[in-house]
Amino acid sequence: MSAQTTGSAVASEEAPKLKKKGKGGGDEDRELIDPHQARRAYVLIAPTIVLLAIVIGYPVLRAVWMSFQQDAKLDPQTGFFQEGGFAGFENYTHWLLQRCGDTSCPVGTTAAGFWEVVWITCFFTIVTVTLELVLGFAFALIMNGKYRGRGLVRASILIPWAIPTAVTAKLWYFIFAVNGIANALLNTDILWFSDKWAARFAIIIADVWKTTPFMALLILAGLQLISADIYEAAKVDGASAWQRFTSITLPLVKPALMVALLFRTLDVLRMYDLPAIMTGGGAGDGNDTTTLSILVVEEIRSAFNSAAALSTLTFLFVFLVAFVFIKFLGVNAVEQSAGGKRK
Amino acid sequence: MATATATGTTSAEYKAAQPKVPVWKTIRLYAGVALIVVWGLAPFYWMVVTSLRDLQYTFDTTPYPTHVTLDNYRTVFDTDLGNHFGRALLNSLFIGVCTTLIGLAVGVFAAYALARLEFRGKFVVLGIVLGASMFPGVALVTPLFQLFRNIGWFGTYQALIIPNISFVLPLTIYTLTAFFREMPWELEEAAKIDGATPGQAFRIVILPLAAPGLFTTAILAFIASWNEFLIASQLSNDKTQPVTVAIAQFTGSQPQVEPYTAVMAAGTVVTIPLIIMVLLFQRRIVDGLTAGGVKG
Repeated sequence: MSAQTTGSAVASEEAPKLKKKGKGGGDEDRELIDPHQARRAYVLIAPTIVLLAIVIGYPVLRAVWMSFQQDAKLDPQTGFFQEGGFAGFENYTHWLLQRCGDTSCPVGTTAAGFWEVVWITCFFTIVTVTLELVLGFAFALIMNGKYRGRGLVRASILIPWAIPTAVTAKLWYFIFAVNGIANALLNTDILWFSDKWAARFAIIIADVWKTTPFMALLILAGLQLISADIYEAAKVDGASAWQRFTSITLPLVKPALMVALLFRTLDVLRMYDLPAIMTGGGAGDGNDTTTLSILVVEEIRSAFNSAAALSTLTFLFVFLVAFVFIKFLGVNAVEQSAGGKRK
Repeated sequence: MATATATGTTSAEYKAAQPKVPVWKTIRLYAGVALIVVWGLAPFYWMVVTSLRDLQYTFDTTPYPTHVTLDNYRTVFDTDLGNHFGRALLNSLFIGVCTTLIGLAVGVFAAYALARLEFRGKFVVLGIVLGASMFPGVALVTPLFQLFRNIGWFGTYQALIIPNISFVLPLTIYTLTAFFREMPWELEEAAKIDGATPGQAFRIVILPLAAPGLFTTAILAFIASWNEFLIASQLSNDKTQPVTVAIAQFTGSQPQVEPYTAVMAAGTVVTIPLIIMVLLFQRRIVDGLTAGGVKG
């Protein structure tokens, strides 16, 4: 028993728990996984898996099934609406190759704009995440310094994070109004929501304002794990501020940084609220701020099954990006969340 | 390891050894701090100032409240124009509380197992939870839109709560697992050695220790649910719509005039409860936000 008691005293660390107390105490075989413990774990986890299967698994499977069905359409011969039946990959080629039936989709249809929408979504993602990363890092470095008024800073940085995105959208919609404060401060008369680039940057600015705090807080938490001694040692060795930043701060904060980057990238890829409320996906020629999520919602109104194909594509795209991050950029989100590999 | 910075010097010695910080560095630091505070507060401040302005002076640029009136707040709760803002507030509250309770009730067990027990497939479960948290909400909208119409749930509360669970549950598990891992579990063992049953050990020892973590997780879950817009905008109707949707669709008294001041008042009303939470629990919220991602 004594060995087990001391064992559990350090158990809050990662040392694999060899077993829980055996019933008779004493010396069963030291296998890594205790079947009782495992069974208890499965019982505790089962409700989560069941619930996730209901709220995510089932809808996803249903969407995939729908995406292979034809949408009901008017039959030119009979003049009746006719249920579709199996569609093969028609709904997918509709988006990917702009096929509408046997011909290519005419300009102005939702499908014709698909690749443009993909491009806009990626553009938003790259610009927003880059700006947030740079600003968030700067904020984190500032907040990591020694200063008075930490409470005030933390509260004010949490405000953009806490404000609902719908309210953020309305707020910046007002700020960027023609007679609004943005034009007044800049001394300009930009029609922010008519010009396509102005509209895009209005959305980007609103998003960067709202989510830079999140990035800053994650990076700050990473910075706080770095011991001051390392910097002292580097200073003694004559490293410049820039050298200390590139060879101590950056590599040590990288795991936290990459997880923040992953979360934010996936967030912007599914961006909906800001453009939907600020521009309705419009501006410029009409669709210049449409993201993938907005396109899906527009399509639901006209055709369920092709919307299902598009939402499946969106979902695959998001997961592909997540996969690339985890596989090739070495983001170890699962392991980090498991608390594994502590050093 | 995260907590102990393995240092031989005490903090007092350390301070004494530090050279004095040059003045320009202090100025630079406080300039940065000021920038962060302005970043967070200025747009919010502008929303509040505008919400107090008479509609006629919507675009006044005086940086403090002028032409002060509470009319906008009256307009917000006025149902004559087809807005149901008061009701929407209650809807958001109800949906948020239900989602949070379900998420916590289910997630707490999974988080306990993930933090405390060894079992085969742990990484698979973590992967599922993580995958679920990355899941794009728009992929749920299409199938649920059709499904809920078919079974007559369209515009009901359950049609809004169920999709919210899809992102609140992973968030709950993620945050709680991180909290549970930091807890002094030796106390549980101690209680058991003193003769407590596992159930008693959990109730008497673990639950009080876990309460702050549970509470923080509840706040994060509630805020996530309160802020949801995409799914609610598609699956709610006039009776069940939450505040985010109500604000997006807010209509003013004159069709030609954007009711900016009233919308800013509505935004202020929606944000105030969140600001209060942030002010009261800022430290915890920051801990909770960063718990899953960073403690490596």
